[in-house]
Amino acid sequence: MPIAPLPNLLAALPEIFLAVAAMALLILGVFQGEARAAKEVSWLSVVVLVVAIFMVGAQNGVRHVTLAGMFITDGYSIFAKILVLIGSAFSLILSIRYNERENISRFEFPVLVLLSTTGMLMMISANDLLALYLGLELQSLALYIVASFDRDSARSSEAGLKYFVLGALASGMMLFGISMIYGFAGSTGFDTLAAHLGGQATPSAGLVVGIVFLIVGMAFKISAVPFHMWTPDVYEGAPTPVTAFFSVAPKIAAMALFVRVMVGPFHTLLFEWRQVIWAIAVASMILGALAAINQRNIKRLMAYSSIGHMGYALIGLAAGNAIGVRGVLIYLAIYLFMNVGTFAVILSMRRGGKMVEGIEDLAGLSRTQPAMALALGIFMFSLAGIPPMAGFFAKLYVFMAAIDSGLNVLAVIGVVTSVVSAYYYVRIVKLMYFDEPAAGGAFDRHIGVEVNAVLMVASIIIMFFFLYPAPVVAGAEAASAALFPG
Amino acid sequence: MAILAVFLPLLGAVVAGFFGRVIGDRGAQVVTCSCLGVAAICGLLVFNDIAVWHHTAIVPVFTWIDAGQLKIAWALKLDALSAVMLAMVTVVSFVIHVYSIGYMAGDPSIPRFMSYLSLFTFFMLMLVTSSNFVQLFFGWEGVGLCSYLLVGFWYDRPRANAAAIKAFVVNRIGDFGFSVGIFAVYYLFGTLDFGPVFGGAAGMAGKTMVFLGMHVDALTVTCILLFIGAMGKSAQIGLHVWLPDAMEGPTPVSALIHAATMVTAGVFMVARLSPMFEYAPIALNTVTVVGGTTALFAATVGIAQNDIKRVIAYSTCSQLGYMFFAAGVSAYQASIFHLMTHAFFKALLFLSAGSVIHAMSGEQDMRKMGGLGRLIPITYVVMWIGSLALAGIPPFAGYFSKDMILEAAYASGSEVGEYAFVLGCFAAFLTALYSWRLLFLTFHGEPRADHETLHHVHESPKVMLIPLYVLSAGALVMGALGYHWLVGAGAKEFWGNAIVVLPQHAGIAGAERVPVWVSTLPLVAGLIGIAVAWYAYIRRPSVPGETARAFEPIYLFLLNKWYFDEIYNFIFVRPAFWVARLLWRRGDGTVIDGFGPDGVSEVTGDLSVRASRLQSGYVFQYAFAMVIGVAIFVSWFLFWRST
Repeated sequence: MPIAPLPNLLAALPEIFLAVAAMALLILGVFQGEARAAKEVSWLSVVVLVVAIFMVGAQNGVRHVTLAGMFITDGYSIFAKILVLIGSAFSLILSIRYNERENISRFEFPVLVLLSTTGMLMMISANDLLALYLGLELQSLALYIVASFDRDSARSSEAGLKYFVLGALASGMMLFGISMIYGFAGSTGFDTLAAHLGGQATPSAGLVVGIVFLIVGMAFKISAVPFHMWTPDVYEGAPTPVTAFFSVAPKIAAMALFVRVMVGPFHTLLFEWRQVIWAIAVASMILGALAAINQRNIKRLMAYSSIGHMGYALIGLAAGNAIGVRGVLIYLAIYLFMNVGTFAVILSMRRGGKMVEGIEDLAGLSRTQPAMALALGIFMFSLAGIPPMAGFFAKLYVFMAAIDSGLNVLAVIGVVTSVVSAYYYVRIVKLMYFDEPAAGGAFDRHIGVEVNAVLMVASIIIMFFFLYPAPVVAGAEAASAALFPG
Repeated sequence: MAILAVFLPLLGAVVAGFFGRVIGDRGAQVVTCSCLGVAAICGLLVFNDIAVWHHTAIVPVFTWIDAGQLKIAWALKLDALSAVMLAMVTVVSFVIHVYSIGYMAGDPSIPRFMSYLSLFTFFMLMLVTSSNFVQLFFGWEGVGLCSYLLVGFWYDRPRANAAAIKAFVVNRIGDFGFSVGIFAVYYLFGTLDFGPVFGGAAGMAGKTMVFLGMHVDALTVTCILLFIGAMGKSAQIGLHVWLPDAMEGPTPVSALIHAATMVTAGVFMVARLSPMFEYAPIALNTVTVVGGTTALFAATVGIAQNDIKRVIAYSTCSQLGYMFFAAGVSAYQASIFHLMTHAFFKALLFLSAGSVIHAMSGEQDMRKMGGLGRLIPITYVVMWIGSLALAGIPPFAGYFSKDMILEAAYASGSEVGEYAFVLGCFAAFLTALYSWRLLFLTFHGEPRADHETLHHVHESPKVMLIPLYVLSAGALVMGALGYHWLVGAGAKEFWGNAIVVLPQHAGIAGAERVPVWVSTLPLVAGLIGIAVAWYAYIRRPSVPGETARAFEPIYLFLLNKWYFDEIYNFIFVRPAFWVARLLWRRGDGTVIDGFGPDGVSEVTGDLSVRASRLQSGYVFQYAFAMVIGVAIFVSWFLFWRST
């Protein structure tokens, strides 16, 4: 009996390491007992993530396809994975003290985050529709659980349940789409799909329907309109560190996957799928700008904000070329730090031992906690896309790509909606700096060294990105080049 | 060296401006004055370097704009022209800085004042050393900005504010022409660097371009547009209205504006661009006519003014006219020569006037002075020196330069040259008349001030007098000293390539060959002017009143400055206010706010409420939305594909 040769596992080393480490930490937690283990496992998980970052970073940008063509690493996957890992690590750091205070500190939480992150890395490296689905499900199943992690809270359970039901629906649609594609194109591998579609003049109707369903599944994950409905409820209901996690790592992973699928196997159908992306992007930007205005809860506001931001990132995808993908990646990198920083502030909104989430609670923050107000001000201006904050450059690169590809209408809509959205971002700054301090006085001090550190790193990066943008821009450029060989 | 000379004033301005509170009044004065002092020494050294050794150079500072076709670098162009200006501006400005210490004593915001003065000087230096049009424009606008700040320095006085705004707005009109001119240069030459533009000017002569729908001579239009900018900055007739009002600023500011900086920018620009103007004869003729007209016009107004500073202000206007028509007849060297001598004696006149005002506790009306000669003898003497220089009496500085200009105008042989010559000679007579009217009214006769003021009359402190001595020395010897180099036998060697004069234009060379009566006429006119003034204000003091009554319309016409302000007010200012009000109330308030910000924000708010209502909280509705979304996309996709 011939023995199948062992596939090249080195390319998948970070994923394997993460999966194994998650198991090990799970065992460690079980043996140590709940109360003591949570903190230890959390910090160890952070260490594991950092090690994974170095593992990913150690990979060279050369294209490797392994595991029977299911798995790919290239410059693109390295860039996206590092972003995801940073996002997960930051979210975990932010969660530790919060979970302790809210009495939901359990060692399963970091383990679930690790497993979810493993799924995300697999998504990014997927080179086959089935690998894609596996990664996506691994990620999602862990996310469903962490969303309802605060078991005693009705809101948290509701959030988890809603996410699960709708996620299942989206997964179903996606699977349906994958089966359609397989039926009409005869393959699930990206490389064979690309080769097959490259030779065709017009795609068959079944294939088109399949692609639309696939797009829907991924649009659900990045919470693009009209598949965004879960986002505000889940953001509001889930524990805040979970919301912070939701708003960065899965978004980045799903977006990276989205880009790889669309410009990879289906690149030749650019002019067909661009219509859908265009519509989703416009709808997301408009809804993100409008619906956020009316929100009183800052987590809900951030939900709509992230819907809008995914719309902007989709502009780069709609461009469908190397410049556009570069724009998406730069956008995701900057978005990561803006959001992590903002959530670090939201996590510190604690008054008299209880969390507060109202926007009005931020009133007069500049007088009670000037440093935090300054940091949040920087993030808000950046989210609004006001120069010289990094958020401006993020938008600049995607708009530039859109103009370059002749998508002028899309760029104009983007600019208009970002003006509208500036209203609610700047309103927070106004509340902090010009209004009387809110009733109840200052927030509780002692937000934690690690939260302060995250806040500081994020605000420095956002504030001074414009001085030295080269690493991010060059990295994104190299990564996008990997998707467009030749 | 040149970099030091240019940027030290900026350093002084920054230190005094931003750290004024830290270093205090005295500190600000010391910092700005020492910066300017060192700058002046550097300026003189640079001048020496260029005048004696001819080390012309372009000193690069750094690249400024590098966008596609357009490359602009900060660079200091050092040649004879900029060296003369550099030395003159730094020296005169330094003297004025020192004077300000005494004059502004007791003012609450001395650091701000010193900072503005230094900044003003910096922009002027930037302007004169510019090596391209953009840098020139930068200095140009900076000077305009500083004049606004300084004229309105006493911002709690409504008249000062109005004057500052007027100066700014009138300058803007000129600057508009200037900037359009720069666009035209870029359009024609494809570059804004002086070197290539000057090199290509000869080839551009006679070419046409489309301007406002007409085919016109390209260089002529460009030069005239640029000259409009010069008219604004140098207060030529039509755009002169800001200059007399600028007297609302503190006197050192007036001296700085009128002598070393700002108003000379226009003259300098025409001289700097001589390689272009030389190929645009119509533009040159325009310059000559405007200059000649201004020289006479301002002089006529000068004899009817009663404010001591306004008389001198109109005198500046008139002298600038001389400089322009000198440039217009291709005697750029004479123009710059006069600019230089004028800088000294006009600064002297202003600062002595400041000394008079200082002595009179702020009184500026000459009708309330008189008999001050005995009380403030030093000021009296230096004022005489200044006036003698202004009137062109040998051996004072003005004699050499003014004579040169008038001779060159006569020698040019063209009609416009003769026009300028005749007007210039008549203006020389008027210049002497109003200068001695000022002297006699202020220093001679019986005191007309009230007892209280007279009691306080005192000579100014040393810190104000020493600058006057320095400037007096300049007014005495500058003409004789500079004659050889700037317009005499050594001129050709001195100027080198800095100024271009075509062989067919006589320029200063023609001034050597004029008849004797031409070179003596201005002097005679000046002497007659002095004599008339003596007769009217010393011998028979009733004459002026009788004359004014006999020719009342003319007197009123002159007193009201040819009604320029009133006409402008009627034609431009009031309709502008009216249109602005209409646009504000109707246009902005109703239309733009209604459909714009207010309307949009209302609609946005409304949409926002609707958008958040979509979020019902029911999972089945969410799922429904997703399914609908899929259905729409699939249908759209299929439909779009089939069409």
